[in-house]
Amino acid sequence: MTIIAENPIKSVAAPSQVQQKVIASLRKRHRKEKLFRSLGLGAVLISLALVALLFINIFAKGIPAFWQSAITLDIYFDPKIINIPQKPLQQADESDNDFRQRDLAWQNQVGFVNFNRLIADSLQKVLPDAAQHRRDLGRVVTSGERFALRDMVVADPSVIGQTHTLHLLTDANIDVWLKGNIDRSLPDNQQQLSPKMREWVQSLSEQGIIQNRFSLALFMNADSRSSLASAGLAGAFMGSFYMMLVVIVLAVPMGVAAAIYLEEFAPRNRLTDLVEVNINNLAAVPSIVFGLLGASVLIGWFNLPMSAPIVGGLVLSLMTLPTVIIATRSTLKAIPPSIRQAALGLGASKMQAIFHHVLPLAIPGILTGAILGVAQALGETAPLLLIGMKSFVASVPASPFDQATALPVQIYLWQGNELRNFFEARTSAAIIVLLMMMISLNGIAIWLRKKYEKRW
Amino acid sequence: MTNTAPVKIRAKDVKVFYGDNEALHGISMDVYQNEVISFIGPSGCGKSTFLRCMNRMNDTIENCRVTGSIALDGRDVYEPSLDVVQLRAQVGMVFQKPNPFPKSIYENIAYGPRLHGLAERKADLDDIVESSLRRAGLWNEVKDRLDQPGTGLSGGQQQRLCIARSIAVSPEVILMDEPCSALDPIATSIIEELIDELKQNFTIVIVTHNMQQAARVSDRTAFFHLGNLIEIGNTNDVFTNPQQKRTEDYITGRYG
Repeated sequence: MTIIAENPIKSVAAPSQVQQKVIASLRKRHRKEKLFRSLGLGAVLISLALVALLFINIFAKGIPAFWQSAITLDIYFDPKIINIPQKPLQQADESDNDFRQRDLAWQNQVGFVNFNRLIADSLQKVLPDAAQHRRDLGRVVTSGERFALRDMVVADPSVIGQTHTLHLLTDANIDVWLKGNIDRSLPDNQQQLSPKMREWVQSLSEQGIIQNRFSLALFMNADSRSSLASAGLAGAFMGSFYMMLVVIVLAVPMGVAAAIYLEEFAPRNRLTDLVEVNINNLAAVPSIVFGLLGASVLIGWFNLPMSAPIVGGLVLSLMTLPTVIIATRSTLKAIPPSIRQAALGLGASKMQAIFHHVLPLAIPGILTGAILGVAQALGETAPLLLIGMKSFVASVPASPFDQATALPVQIYLWQGNELRNFFEARTSAAIIVLLMMMISLNGIAIWLRKKYEKRW
Repeated sequence: MTNTAPVKIRAKDVKVFYGDNEALHGISMDVYQNEVISFIGPSGCGKSTFLRCMNRMNDTIENCRVTGSIALDGRDVYEPSLDVVQLRAQVGMVFQKPNPFPKSIYENIAYGPRLHGLAERKADLDDIVESSLRRAGLWNEVKDRLDQPGTGLSGGQQQRLCIARSIAVSPEVILMDEPCSALDPIATSIIEELIDELKQNFTIVIVTHNMQQAARVSDRTAFFHLGNLIEIGNTNDVFTNPQQKRTEDYITGRYG
C-alpha cells in the first residue's frame, strides 16, 4: 500500500481489493488496445503503400506511351503515282446500289496505289543519302500510315497534286530507341535499328522533324500486328463498351426485378430458400466457369458468333447477376418497414407501396450495386478468354455481333507481345485507360448515391 | 354512455395465430360509432395484434392467421370478396413511431387522396391538404413550408402530420397504435386534445401503455391480458370500479 504511505489523505478512500484488481488488469487492457490499434494502422499504411507503389509503377511506365514519336513530312500527292480515274459521281438515272458498287470499285483502285512511294519521295527531301539505303527508307514510317494517306485521297480526291504537311507515326523501333528503352551501347547485331537508321533518327530528331506527339493512334485505331506503332485501343474499347451495354440492359433490370420479387413478394418456403442459397453460391463461382458455360451453351448450342461482344456480354451478365441481386436485396432490407406500413395503412396496394415509397428510397443503393457490378464485369478477363475474345481483331467492331476483344484482354495480349520494349509502356497505358474507366464508373456511383440519398 | 350509438365494428371470437402459437384467444367486443375506445394491458398482451386485425395490417406478417369474424358496418373484413385496399381507406391507421414519407409535407397528405382518386383537380387536392392539416391542428405551423420535407418536423408535429395524412382519405375509423409513446408530454397533450376533437367525425381505437392517457381520452376502455380480453366498460367504471381482480391489479400498478 505505497499510495497510503505517500499520501495519507487518500487513505480515507483507499482502493478496495476489487478496485486494485481492476487497476491491475487495466494496464494489460490498455496495452492490448494499443497493440491492436497499431496493428490496424500498420495494415492500413502497408496497403496504402502497396497501392501507391502499384500506381506509381503503372503511371511511370504508361504515361510516356501516350506520346509517340512522329515525323513531320511534306507529302506531295504526286498525280503520276496516284494514277486513278475521277471519283465517280452518282448519275441521275443510276440506282443507289449501282453507284455504291462503282464507288467501291474506285476505292479498290485507290487501294492499289503505292502510297509508300509518296512517303519515300518526301523522306528523300529530308534525308539526302536516302537513295543508297532504300531498305531503311521504307522502315522510317510505320507501315499503317499509308492507309492514312489512302483515306485522305478517298475522302477528298482534290488533294491529288497538292502538298500537305502531315505528322506520320514512325516505326515502333524508332520510338523505342528515341525514348531510350533500349541500351544504346549494345553492339549492332543486338540493336533493333540499323546503324544508318540510328544516324538518320538522331539527325531528324535533332532537326525537330521527328518529335514526340500525343498519340491519337492509341485511341483511334484497333490493334495491329503489321504496324505495331499504330496499334490502338479503339477496338478493345468498343468491345468492352458493347459488353457493358449488354450487361446494363440485361443484368441490371433482371437482377433488380429478381431482387424485388424475392425480397418483397416471394413467400418464404423451401423453394425460395433454395433459390437464395444458390444465388449466393453463384456469386462465388469462379468467373472462368462462366466462360466455359458461354463456350458450350451460347456458342455450342445457340450458335452465337465466336469472339463477339454479345456472347461476352451475356456471360458477364450471368456473372454480374448475383452481385446485383444481393446488393439490391440488402438495400431493400435496409429500408425501414415503417415506410411500407405507412403506405399500406393508407390503402396502397403492396405494389404501390413498393414502387411509390420503397424503390425511390432504394435507388441510390441499387444504382451503386449495379454500377459496381458493371465495373466488376468491365474488368473481367478469364471468361472472355474461353469464348474467343482473346483473338487478334484488327478492326473496330461496328455492332455487338462483330468480332472484338475487350480492354482487359487487350492488356493481356499486349503484355505477351514480342516487341517487349515497345509494348510494355503501351500495356501500362491500356491499364491506365481501364483504371480511368473504373474510377469514372465508381465516381458516377458515388455521385448518384449522393444525388438520390434522402433522410428518413 | 354510448350504448345507444350504432355498432361500428363487431368482433366475434377473434383468434390470431403466429404459426402454431395462439396469440389471441377469442376476443369478442363491439366498438360504437364516434367513440374513443382504448386498449390497455401489459406488453405482449395482444392489444396491438387485435388492433391490427381491424384493418388487416396483420396480413403483412408471415405465418399470421386470423379466425373468427370482425365486421365493419355489418360486413366481415376478412370476407374474400372484400378488397383490403378499400378496407384500409375506411379504417386508417396511425403508428407508434411517426413515419412520414421522406417527401414534402404536401405530398405526405396528398398521397392518399391521389391514390384513391379523391381529388380531380389540383385545387381540390389543395383543399383536402389544407382541411386535413387544419383538423390535425398543424396548418398554422406548416402552411408556409408545405414544400419542405415532412421528416424535418419535430416528433409531435410528425405524428400530427401522420394523423392528418390518415384523415385526408376520409376514413370512418382511425386506429392508433401507441401514438404518443415516442413523444414528449407537451406533444402528447396536443395529440390528446386532437383525439378529443376528432371523435366528432371518426371512431377512434387507441392502444396505449399510458393508463392516464386512456383515462383522459377514451370513453370506454378494454383491458387485455395474455391474449384475453379481461374487462371492457366505460372508462370511469374500469378505472374506479374494476370488476376483475386482474384489472385492478394492473391499474393499481401491481404488475404490468
